[in-house]
Amino acid sequence: MSNILDNYIGIHAQALQVRTKKTELLAGNLANADTPGYKAKDVDFRSALKMASSDRMTTTDSRHFELGGAGGGDQVQFRIPTQPSVDGNTVESHVEQGEFMDNAMRYQATVQFLGGKFKSLKEAFAPVR
Amino acid sequence: MPLFDVFDISSSAMHAQNVRLNTVASNLANAETVASSEKEAYRAKAPIFEEILNRSSNDPIEKTGGVRVKEVSVSDAPIEKRYSPNHPMANKEGFVFTNNVNPVEEMANMMSASRAFESNVEVINTTKQLLMRTLRMGQ
Repeated sequence: MSNILDNYIGIHAQALQVRTKKTELLAGNLANADTPGYKAKDVDFRSALKMASSDRMTTTDSRHFELGGAGGGDQVQFRIPTQPSVDGNTVESHVEQGEFMDNAMRYQATVQFLGGKFKSLKEAFAPVR
Repeated sequence: MPLFDVFDISSSAMHAQNVRLNTVASNLANAETVASSEKEAYRAKAPIFEEILNRSSNDPIEKTGGVRVKEVSVSDAPIEKRYSPNHPMANKEGFVFTNNVNPVEEMANMMSASRAFESNVEVINTTKQLLMRTLRMGQ
């Protein structure tokens, strides 16, 4: 059953996870806009989503290494600043604000898609009147 | 859920910017303070920020966190010595020591702090909206 539901929802659930991770990273960047030596981070959405939606190996033993989850591990990269500052901080507030807004809009789009899916599922289950 | 962590991150930043605004206020309030020795003279203060690393993650690059005030540094800019023998605070040689607050620098600092504070408020508002939409999914 869960497989059917997973197939029905499609990639949106993973997309939402990656978007959440991205939101967190961008919030961290904006919070550290004045921290000396802080390097701005971001995830590459495409590769993070690919990683999150591919069939990953699961750890069955405590000695196994954990593979990076959604938006974690290798997908997090440092941003290359257009104008590096003297104190080593690479956060450019306007870039981060733009990215944050963009990410928020896309998050809402995904939520909308998911909501639509659930709505039609509910309609399909509803008794015929 | 990591989206709730955004509130912690942004509020830590708001707190740090608040400390910065406090030091600016203290510096501007003491812009006319005088003392009778260089040691006692008021020196401009400024906070130094530091990233808070997330303890729950093992991945060094994935550690995302807020910000905290590492220390409040004290400016070592020279302090002006003024000859005014009639001043009640004057020392034996008739000098009073002013302070090393630079009001222009403080005003710029204040604007920067208030802008940074605003952008964190914006982040919290947007995140709240996202969470509310997620909670109301499918309704």
